Amino acid sequence: MLGVLVSVINGLLVGAIYGLAAIGLTLIFGVMNVINLAHGAMIALGMFALYFITTGIGLSPYLALPVVFAGGFIVGVVVFWVAVHRVIGRAELMSLLATFAVSMMVVGLGTAAWSTSPYNVQVHLPGLTLGRYTIPGNHIVAAVAAVAIAALLYGFLYYSRLGKAIRAVASNRQAAELMGIPSAKVLAIAFGIGIAIAAVAGALIATLFPFTILSGANYELKSFVVTVLGGLGNPAGALLGGLLLGLIEGSVTPFVSGSWTPVIEFTLFVLILIAFPRGLFRVGRGR
Amino acid sequence: MLKRPTLWIIVAVIAAFAIAPLLGGVGLRESLFLAAVYMVLALNLNLMIGYTGYVNFGSIVFFGLGGTIGLYTITVWHWPLWAGMLAAAVVVGGLSLVLGLGILRLRGAYFALATIGVVEATKAFVSNFDPFGGSTGMYLSFTSYKPLGGPREALWVIYFLVLFMLALSLLLGLWIKRSRFGLGLFAIREDEDAAVVLGVKAPLYKAIIYSTSSLLPAMTGVLFFFKNGVIQPDQAFDLTLSIEAIVMMMLGGQGTVLGAGLGAFAYEQFRGYLLTSSTFASFHLVIAGALLLLIVLFAPGGLMGWIHERLPRTRRVLE
Repeated sequence: MLGVLVSVINGLLVGAIYGLAAIGLTLIFGVMNVINLAHGAMIALGMFALYFITTGIGLSPYLALPVVFAGGFIVGVVVFWVAVHRVIGRAELMSLLATFAVSMMVVGLGTAAWSTSPYNVQVHLPGLTLGRYTIPGNHIVAAVAAVAIAALLYGFLYYSRLGKAIRAVASNRQAAELMGIPSAKVLAIAFGIGIAIAAVAGALIATLFPFTILSGANYELKSFVVTVLGGLGNPAGALLGGLLLGLIEGSVTPFVSGSWTPVIEFTLFVLILIAFPRGLFRVGRGR
Repeated sequence: MLKRPTLWIIVAVIAAFAIAPLLGGVGLRESLFLAAVYMVLALNLNLMIGYTGYVNFGSIVFFGLGGTIGLYTITVWHWPLWAGMLAAAVVVGGLSLVLGLGILRLRGAYFALATIGVVEATKAFVSNFDPFGGSTGMYLSFTSYKPLGGPREALWVIYFLVLFMLALSLLLGLWIKRSRFGLGLFAIREDEDAAVVLGVKAPLYKAIIYSTSSLLPAMTGVLFFFKNGVIQPDQAFDLTLSIEAIVMMMLGGQGTVLGAGLGAFAYEQFRGYLLTSSTFASFHLVIAGALLLLIVLFAPGGLMGWIHERLPRTRRVLE
């Protein structure tokens, strides 16, 4: 019984990070109606950024997070102006393909540079012991960091001037433009933030599990599941969706073989998408 | 005949595919085989994306599931190849009709996400389902090639069967495009709500075309993996190939039969060149990505769209 409880707690902790990753995806969708298929590639870049900062400079992985965030933001803004800017407002196919093209290039370059063999970041933290079981310390810290970053983003979107501008452009781009908001710049910033969050989520995942340049794809799919659980374009829903996915994974793992988890996840994903296309939770004010 | 030459172009293409390997040998046949498989995938995807305007990101599931079912009937039940192909078409077509009625209620990005979910769910299921060999997949024994006259002859038989699938894909695309049913699909693509008001039975049409676009890829999947001798879930349900099929279709021009076919052919040749050249081999993904980005940003109509724009009179001629 304790084993199940520990598994559920572990699931929730990892779920918080899934939630953070999905916030990056859902923010971009909510603001500019673009499904970012380069999301996984950006998560993978975040993982490698953390690896090179910690091994190169010897910085603690958690102090490196702001650096990863800043780097992710810059990459995001560049990607926006190169690939995304021109396809906003056109058919979905165009933005899906433009972001996928970016993903192909990043993964292609990454594979050439770092091959597809696994890397990992060493983190030594004392864990929390419950009877025979241990909850690893790095899981706890990563989950707390994920929730804190999500909270910061929420505060930024709702209380800062720039955050309000982003929400204004999301709700009606033309009206925002008429109010004097430079909408293209605001979209670039929103895209940059979305990518930066994906990169930071990747960095947090890198402190837990080994990774390759291809690992991003798996977390991208999980982000899709989470976004659909929480409702596309709804950041607060995404965090809850992440926790829910973690809860499902944690409570399923003790009973069925791990390889069945994706079957359950993706079947649930399709069914929920058909039955509740706006997500399970309509929390917050949405967008 | 000269006013609408598309049909004759198709006949000429098939004839060229049939004659070329007889003259050019086995190496050319292998290259054309892969090109024909890609063309089948792109042409059938074109029915969904080009004609109906629904972005199916997971069309590879038809190919992979068809191959899985076909190889299961051939290896476990010892059915002949044609029966395996028929079984694959029936099962995949039936499943996609039912699934289509569900997921085609979603529009735009939601539909695209759902199709990705379908691929991943199917892949995860097949990887865990022991009768289909689990994650190691299924292997054919050499005796399976005996009814076709031995392994060497089987390769030729399979090539011509894939060519037959290609011919059917081209004709199906052209026939739907010229039919009343196709007109209904175009109406859905342009404005679904208006189409419904005008009496197009949109949900039914969409489910039918989703299912129709699954039949030939499913049968081609059986042929492809039968030739391969092995089928593994990671390879059969490869989301990248699914998206590559979209690239092929975009390259030639979505919504046109000749464009989708030509795009797939050109992409296969280009990819083959990149993979074999010493300079680009490790960068083929990067170059393909850059190419895709350039098409999306600057030539969304693809090659056919470009020709149609320059020479408006070709619009009626090159369908």
